[in-house]
Order: sequence, then C-alpha cells, then structure tokens
Amino acid sequence: MVMTTHEEKMRTVRFRVAATPHITVNSDICRSECSTHACVYVCPANLFVPLDDGGILFNYESCFECGTCYIACNQEGAIRWTYPDGGYGVTFREA
Amino acid sequence: MTASPTQEQFDVIVVGAGPAGSAAALLAARAGLKVLLLERGEYPGAKNVSGAVFYGSAILNELIPNWWEQAPVERYVCRRDISFMSPTTAVALDFRCAGAGYATAPYNGFTVLRPKFDRWLAAQAEAAGAFLLTSVVVDDVLRDNGRVVGVRVRREQGEIYGKVVIACDGVNSFLAKKAGLQREFHQHELSLGVKEVVGLDPAIIQDRFHLTGNDGIAFEYLGAITEDVHGGAFLYTNQDSLSLGVIGQISSLVERRKRPYELLEGFKAHPAVAPLVRGSKLREYSAHLIPESGWAMKPKLYTDGMMVAGDAAGFCLAAGLYLEGMNYAMQSGLAAAETAIQACQRGDFSARALAVYEKQLKQRNVLTDFRAYRHAPAFVNGARLQNLYPELIARSMENLFRVNGAPKQKILPLAYRMTRQLEIKPGQLLRDAYQVARSYLW
Repeated sequence: MVMTTHEEKMRTVRFRVAATPHITVNSDICRSECSTHACVYVCPANLFVPLDDGGILFNYESCFECGTCYIACNQEGAIRWTYPDGGYGVTFREA
Repeated sequence: MTASPTQEQFDVIVVGAGPAGSAAALLAARAGLKVLLLERGEYPGAKNVSGAVFYGSAILNELIPNWWEQAPVERYVCRRDISFMSPTTAVALDFRCAGAGYATAPYNGFTVLRPKFDRWLAAQAEAAGAFLLTSVVVDDVLRDNGRVVGVRVRREQGEIYGKVVIACDGVNSFLAKKAGLQREFHQHELSLGVKEVVGLDPAIIQDRFHLTGNDGIAFEYLGAITEDVHGGAFLYTNQDSLSLGVIGQISSLVERRKRPYELLEGFKAHPAVAPLVRGSKLREYSAHLIPESGWAMKPKLYTDGMMVAGDAAGFCLAAGLYLEGMNYAMQSGLAAAETAIQACQRGDFSARALAVYEKQLKQRNVLTDFRAYRHAPAFVNGARLQNLYPELIARSMENLFRVNGAPKQKILPLAYRMTRQLEIKPGQLLRDAYQVARSYLW
C-alpha cells in the first residue's frame, strides 16, 4: 500500500532499545517557559506527547537519533541528548 | 592523561564509518599507518540516511578501480528531472544523457542504499588494514596540555590514544563541539529529511521510468510539494525499490507547525507523483538531518591533533541544482588522511602541521566549491526560490497552455498577472534574478 499512517511507517523500522534513555526532557521548562512546543510537530518519529498540564512526555525507544528536537527546541536545557550506547538505537537496513 | 609507553597508540583514530571516515581510514591504512575506525552503529551505515545518489564515482574509482562491479550499487543515474510544482501541476526540466561518463564508466552517479553501501566501503578500509570497531560510542576527545591525544569511548577503561583524530561523526558532531571547533547551530541552517524506501517490481520500474538496463533516474521537486515549508522532495530509482522523501528546513517546519511525515504523504498523493509510486509497498521509513548552510556553518577544520571531515564539517552542498554530500564527505576524508600521512612522516601533529588539511581540501575542490557557492544556500533555500517561483512557473504554464476560447495572452502580461496573484513584487523578482545569476552564472 502506498499511503501509510505514521504507525505503519514506524513499524518498518528496527530499534534495539537501550535500558536507559539517551534523551531526557525537563518538563518543568516545557511547562513554564515554552509556548510553542515545536518538538511535538517536528519530530519525524512523533515521540513528544503534550500533556494537559503543559508538560511534555517523551518516548526514547523509537528515536531516529536525528537531532531535530534539539535544534527545534527554543528553550535552553529543556532537551538534553546524546547518542544511545554503542549498537543500540535505530538500525537502518535499507534507508 | 598522557599515554604511558605500554599503552597501545594508534597513528590515526577515525570516528564514524560513513563515506568520510571509511575513505580516510582506507587511504591512511594503505599508507601503512595503524588506523582505528570507530562506528557507533551495529554495523557501518546502520545510522546513515541520505537520498541517496552517490555522485562520487570518479573519486572512488581512483581508490578502487571499477568499484561499482563489486559494490552494492542500485542504478547509475543518467537521467535527472527537476519539477516545479503547484498543487495540481508540474513543469519539468528533463535531462537525459547516454554519453560518456554518464552511461559509461566511471559513471556520474549511482543510487545506493546507505546501510549496504557504507558497510561495503568500511569493509574496504578493513581490507586495507584499518581496524574497525562497531557498536562503540565516542563521547569526548582526550587532551594533554590542550592537544587532542585520543578519544574517550563509552565503556570501561575507554581511553584510546592516537597521534591524530579525524572526526567524521556526522551532522550532529559532538566531537567537533567538544573540541571547541564547532558552534551550536541555528534552525535555518539545517533541514530534516524524511524518507521511505518502497518496494516495486524491477520490470515495473523499467517500464514506468523508461529504463533499459541498470540505468536510473533522479527526480527532484520544488514548489507547492512542501506546502509553505522551505524545502523540496526527491524520488530515485533503485534496483527493485524507489527512494523518496521530503526535505524541510527546521526553522520553517517549526514556524508552520508542520509534521514532516504528513508532508511526505502529501508528496506521494500529488497527481504528478502518485502514478510513479502506484503499487509500491513500504519497506523502511527513515529520517536524518542535513547540514544545508555550507560555508556559513563550516567549523574550524583542525586543531592540535584533530581534523573534522564530512557532514561533521558541514560539507554538504545544498544549492538548489546540487544536493551533494557523499562525494564531498569522501574528498574531505581523503584530504584529512593525506594530511595525517604527512604529519606521521614528519612526526608533527600540531595545528600548524595540520593546516595542510585546508590546502588539501582546496586541491580536492571541496573548499573551492563551497566558497564558490557560498551565497547560494541562504538564498536558494528560502521561500521565494523553493516555494513561490516554482509555483509561479507552474501556474504560468497552466495559463499558457489553457485553450478555452478566451484570447491568447502573451508571456509577459501573463507572467505579470501571475506575479500579482502570488503577491510577488517586480522589483523583488529582478533582485532575485540577479541573485540567481550571482549564485550560478559567475
């Protein structure tokens, strides 16, 4: 099928999930200082979930490690990221 | 943190086994140096995404003659097609060449699948004598009196010493930042590419795209295809699949609050694109950042004991007509390796000795190309060139070809009316025409 939902897209990608997150979000900053919540829109894996209280919930498990959220975030220190441990994270086969 | 005499020391530590890193490791190993090539993925290419057309065939051919006979390539690109889009229309510039160098060795470009191609290239570096270590993350550089003397990897006793470090760790290069060579980026300097590889029967690909054997086509699209986000789209033919994707500048994705994968669906649904992808089946979805600002985001390229190459150095030429990264990655990796070889011969790894790297980059036409096109990215990757003018062209052609009993209009008054409709000021149009000329003509 040609047209696919985001869930269908993500099911085609292989992730080896590390025990600890390589990206952490400081939801206090999202709540108090950010009105745009750009991460919610731009993340190609749709990993940032806005909460009712203005905070952001982040799932690191199916992250492309692209860095878009970090670049798009306009609040210093809200998103901290590094790479997952060696061999973990996204593993493209065709890309 | 000085290396004790008993500790193993490499001549060259290359961080990242993409095209820059593997090319660097291959050349340095061939020169007899002791080379360590580090890769954080499970295998080289596991983290790497691009279109991907590799336009560096001639470069690689000098290292590995007739490399395409043994490498996992998809199709050689001898046809390129650039389309200007409105929501309903496409106006295309169609280039096809069966001539020497395009349809014959060493070929102008090949479509590749990065996890396969990058893995093969790293294996060539290994075969040349480089020591490849995968599943290893490099977190920092090691310093001694301010000089870079190695890298710290994320594991017990993770200190690895080398005479010179070549950072080829990609667009987000943590290493270039840790070494103080690169600043933080601005949102307008980077674009996000989202991509799908979709499976399609090779016989259908041949028929649908008018291909005869292993030849292939690269389509690129500008205009309404990305709605009001600055960017473009692409579709490339592989052996039994298509690679297609949408590229959007981060700042404008943020500003317009657009979800990149929704733009991708819109692209596939466009009336000019839908028939090309009909019947295909999604195999893999992917995403990656692209350093699009070239000259403006170039880091300091070397310091005592370290050089930066490939995407980590921003060596991706995104200048409208050109969207090339792997070739410049490879050239910069080779330039760094040549510099490292010289430094080893002289036993001098100071910044002053490594300054030769810049000269090598000029000789290999990397810095010269990026300097020549230094005005292009900021201008070409903007709204008018990527969105408005393509739509102006498409809409003008709609009117030019329309036959409905109304009197025929000549091109100038028609174009004038279109510019009014799209709220383009004639003065701005002239200034942009001059900018296009300055970017590409001289």
